Amino acid sequence: MTLDILHPFSITFMDMMNFATHIGLAHFLLLSAVLFAIGLFGLLTKRGIIPVLMCIELMLNAVNINLVAFNHYMPVDDYSGELMAIFAVAVAACEVAIGVALAFRIYRDRGTVNVDDLNSLKG
Amino acid sequence: MDFALTHAYLIPLLPALAFVVILAFTRLDKKKSAAIAISMMSVSFVLALLTAGAVLTDHLVMSATYIAKAVWVTIGGIPISMGMLVDPLTAMMLFVVTTVSLLVQIYSIGYMAHDPGAGRFFAFLSLFSASMLGLVISVSFIQMYAFWELVGLCSYLLIGFYYYKDSAREAAKKAFITTRIGDFGMLLGIIACQVAFGTVDFMELRSIVPQYVWSSGTSFLTIVGILLFIGPIGKSGQFPLHVWLPDAMEGPTPVSALIHAATMVVAGVYLVGRAYFIFSQLPIVMEIIAWVGGFTAIFAASIAITQRPFKKILAYSTISQLGYMMLALGVGSLTASMFHLMTHAFFKALLFLCAGAVIEAMNDEADIFKMGGLRHRMPTTFACMTIGVLAISGIPPFAGFFSKDMILAAAREVSMPLYIIATITAFMTAFYMARLLFVAFLGDVKDDCPAEETNAFMRWPLVVLAALSVVSGAAGHFLDFGEWIHYGPYHEEAIDPVIAGVSIVLTLIAYGLAYEIYVKKRWSAMEISHRLGFIYTLSYNKYYVDEFYALVRGAFIDGLAAVCYWLDVHVVQAILDGLAHVVSLVSEILSIAQNGQVQRYVAVFYCGVIVLALYGIYYAVRVLGILGGAF
Amino acid sequence: MGFPILTTIFLLPLAAALIISFLPRGAHDTVRHVAAGGTALALILTIVCYVNYDITAGGIQFMERVPWITDLGVSYAVGVDGISLPMLLITNAIALSAVCNSWHIEKRTKEFYILLLLFVAGLIGTFLACDLFIFLLCYEVVVIPVYILILIWGSTRRITKEYGAMKLTMFLLMGSGMMLVGIVSMYLMAYPAGQRTFDFGGLMLATQMGHFSEGFQIFAFFLLLLSFGSLITLFPLHNWSPDGHASAPTAVSMLHAGVLKKLGGYGLIRIGLLILPLGARFWAPLIIALAAITVIYAGYIALAQKDLKYIIGYSSVSHLGYIALGFAALNVVSLSGAVANMVAHGIMAALFFAQIGYIYEKTHLRSVPELAGLAHYMPHLTFGFMLAGLASVGLPGLSGFVPEVTIFIGTMKVYPVCAVIAIAGIIITALYILRMLAKLLFGPAVPKFASVPDEHGVDLVPLIVLGTLIVVFGIFPDLLMGVIRSTILPLEPMLDDISTAPTILDGFSYAIGGGF
Repeated sequence: MTLDILHPFSITFMDMMNFATHIGLAHFLLLSAVLFAIGLFGLLTKRGIIPVLMCIELMLNAVNINLVAFNHYMPVDDYSGELMAIFAVAVAACEVAIGVALAFRIYRDRGTVNVDDLNSLKG
Repeated sequence: MDFALTHAYLIPLLPALAFVVILAFTRLDKKKSAAIAISMMSVSFVLALLTAGAVLTDHLVMSATYIAKAVWVTIGGIPISMGMLVDPLTAMMLFVVTTVSLLVQIYSIGYMAHDPGAGRFFAFLSLFSASMLGLVISVSFIQMYAFWELVGLCSYLLIGFYYYKDSAREAAKKAFITTRIGDFGMLLGIIACQVAFGTVDFMELRSIVPQYVWSSGTSFLTIVGILLFIGPIGKSGQFPLHVWLPDAMEGPTPVSALIHAATMVVAGVYLVGRAYFIFSQLPIVMEIIAWVGGFTAIFAASIAITQRPFKKILAYSTISQLGYMMLALGVGSLTASMFHLMTHAFFKALLFLCAGAVIEAMNDEADIFKMGGLRHRMPTTFACMTIGVLAISGIPPFAGFFSKDMILAAAREVSMPLYIIATITAFMTAFYMARLLFVAFLGDVKDDCPAEETNAFMRWPLVVLAALSVVSGAAGHFLDFGEWIHYGPYHEEAIDPVIAGVSIVLTLIAYGLAYEIYVKKRWSAMEISHRLGFIYTLSYNKYYVDEFYALVRGAFIDGLAAVCYWLDVHVVQAILDGLAHVVSLVSEILSIAQNGQVQRYVAVFYCGVIVLALYGIYYAVRVLGILGGAF
Repeated sequence: MGFPILTTIFLLPLAAALIISFLPRGAHDTVRHVAAGGTALALILTIVCYVNYDITAGGIQFMERVPWITDLGVSYAVGVDGISLPMLLITNAIALSAVCNSWHIEKRTKEFYILLLLFVAGLIGTFLACDLFIFLLCYEVVVIPVYILILIWGSTRRITKEYGAMKLTMFLLMGSGMMLVGIVSMYLMAYPAGQRTFDFGGLMLATQMGHFSEGFQIFAFFLLLLSFGSLITLFPLHNWSPDGHASAPTAVSMLHAGVLKKLGGYGLIRIGLLILPLGARFWAPLIIALAAITVIYAGYIALAQKDLKYIIGYSSVSHLGYIALGFAALNVVSLSGAVANMVAHGIMAALFFAQIGYIYEKTHLRSVPELAGLAHYMPHLTFGFMLAGLASVGLPGLSGFVPEVTIFIGTMKVYPVCAVIAIAGIIITALYILRMLAKLLFGPAVPKFASVPDEHGVDLVPLIVLGTLIVVFGIFPDLLMGVIRSTILPLEPMLDDISTAPTILDGFSYAIGGGF
């Protein structure tokens, strides 16, 4: 079942109906992929540090959805996926805290949070 | 008498103790330092006398010796021993060294009375005596080499005693390095011995070497012998490594007397004598020794004739006499060589101490032509000096006559050319010594001459040495020196009237000649030197050996050093720096991609992730075969 | 297991560094006292160790072992044998001397001593380690403090200190890289997965059981030769050392010449020879030739130098040639000589640098033509210079004589030509040492140096500590040779075994028997 989505050339009408009426793993994966793509797009195109951080959060959450969805649909009898997701949330919180703190410092020092201007790493 | 033999190790140890004590505690106190040094030396002297007595009464001979040794260090399974070997040769050397050392130290009380560094001086003198005595009682080549280097060090320290003088500093350095060249050869020889025979112990070698020669011939041993002989060439001032010895006269005069006339410089001769069981097996090496000795004797004598400074003349005379001893060894007479070593030690020490007295009295004026008439001012010194001159020229019954005659006889037996060289040298010796005596002591007193008789500390050692210079030869002759110290079968040596007559006549002629030139001034010395022209210049400038060495040093030492340095900076270092530049060049090219934009990095990173993911799928499909149905 | 004496010795400098890091910034005197106390205590414990080492038993003693990373076969194992114990002794003696020699450093004193003590701890650790992982770890600990010490407290003369520091660090890191590859490949080859170990004894056992093919030994030893050979400054890899000395502060020069470079010889013997005997045998003729070249070449360069630090820097390159020579002759005599000379030269070079450091600190001069006649005003300094110089020319009664003669005897047996070339080095040594001493110390007095104070108080510590070692090991060489013998003599059967093995002179193909 799970691999059906990978059969682009054998999708029948029934399949489509099925997809539209029964919420399954595939929906979650699709959602997570879309979220991840949005996040990545934002990460690559945004110029401010704060939007970039928000995009990173988006990508992390996409992953979290994946984890929870897999844990729910796959035949496992523990909650490791959920656990991992909570763990990731905690880490993400820390990361945001540090990231925002850095953003403040950078703004104090440089007077800007434009990522294009922060290129001193090239040496 | 056994006590003396079993405690012979104290003879070098006591002066060593004096060195340590003086250096550690009484360095700044002249009187205490002198007292410590001399008291220790006196005990050593007494012990040396007792040892000599023990050797005579116990009838120890060259082939039956007293040995006591202990392992000093074991290097990878090879034991290296330190110890003492007492035979008549050792006993004679101990006696000579302790006597001269003691007298020189007493003399130094007077000589160094006004020098603030006298404490240091006595410390160094003690260390020297200790090392020299340690060398004398050595049981093995390595022990001998160790003390050999130590006497070299003392020589360095004492030549450079007036360290504030540039000339002394340079002379000390020259002495050390020149003898080091000799030591290099000697060390090679010793190591070759160790590797070939597995031991460097004299007594063991003594039993191994004849068998080895019998079974394997002398070709390898000849090389070893030549290498070993390079050491004595350096230490005993033989040509071509003699250049340091005249310069060594920059040291205080007691040092010249003790080290550069009577004791250290004969270490080379002693080494050849001690290792005679090797050398005497090697005819080629013996020939080399004889000719090096003979050439050095006449070469140095020809330089001494034209020199002007008092001590320089004596220095070249020392070189010449050392050549005599080597010559004697080379022609196979250990007895003659060691006999001359003993008599020479006494009369040359006497001459040098006289020189010290004179130069001090003249306020450090060393040129003999600025002296004159000193016999009126310094009668004792003059008397002693005269005895010394008579002794060295070989006038009977003074000491030099007997020993020199023995050498001439030994040379005559082996080789006519060497005998002629030795005889000419004897003539020249008599001439330059007479010149020295006549110019400095006879004639009129110069107006501004400050000279006065020296103090008692300096006078009495002269008298003792003068007495020894008178009697030691005759005593040795009539008490059969050769019966005690000889190599191989002993045969009594009588004085050959022809040889003795020739040398006495030549000596008298030389005296007469010198008297006519320098006292009567029948012929002008200037005139003669002008006539001789080129030869005189050559001799006066010591045959330009020093200049030649300076040239060699410039090319092969400093020149090569500059080349090596240039290579190191401009080739080796340049290659390394070049490699470093290549690395940084590559990194510069690579860093173009790193422009510092975070988002560029992220994009590149995700491209990488995609590539990896695609590869993962490819791998899963093609290699592992899963997902096979999916595509 | 009794009192963990070796761990204590290892931890003392680290503990001192830790204490110093909590001291207030201005407390310079306290900092110095803590550093001196730590190193002095370590020295005393080392002497205790040295005295209690059982010569008749030999082998590794005072062993301590605590498993660390069991999956990788790593354990914290320390112990000393007759090779590492003398090295440990001079490391601690030189460390104390270096601490006392740096007494007057006022610039960032606290940081200086922390780094210096880290450096010392790293060196001690390399000699104590019986586990190659610990060895590598400690070696890496050595590199970084050296770089920072030179960069901040160094001096710029012919080359900038940045250049000198970078060159030195690059060489050390290149060495550690090669070493890492070599050691890891030994680790992988020795045993199948699961039984692998970094333990020194375990690897030796693997050698004895023939787990290392000849081809592998040749390859792995070559890597070790590149790293340890550059540490011991063999000819083409020597260039970093004199420049490093010239730009380093004195304490670093002392430890660098005295201990760090000896690590090369130590590694060649402990790791190279004991674990890869056939490899060592294969490359021995090359090492011998390079060593003979190094002795003469570096000696000549030393002759052309004016800067005191360069003279002694090149001099130590030249002297280390003797050690390489003794190593590569591969017999018990020459190996004992090599180890003994590591000790003798270490003390002597450190004493030299201590004296140079003192005169540089007081006058800010260290070029021979600018200095003259110091003997007039500074008898203690003169004594120190003379002692070091005479030990350097190999005078009997001082520490250098017996080791050098031992090396010569050992080498002459097997490679007479190279031995003769190298022995000629004693003349060159005498030339540059005596020239330097003569110009520096003797000659007419120069009034401008009259105001320079002579060494006194704490300045004398290096002279006393190192001078005592020089004289004691000189007069009683068996104190040193006995300890070394206890470990080297048992190697004789192994050395005999490999003495017929092929060398580089037989060609690669023959040696590896078509194995590649």
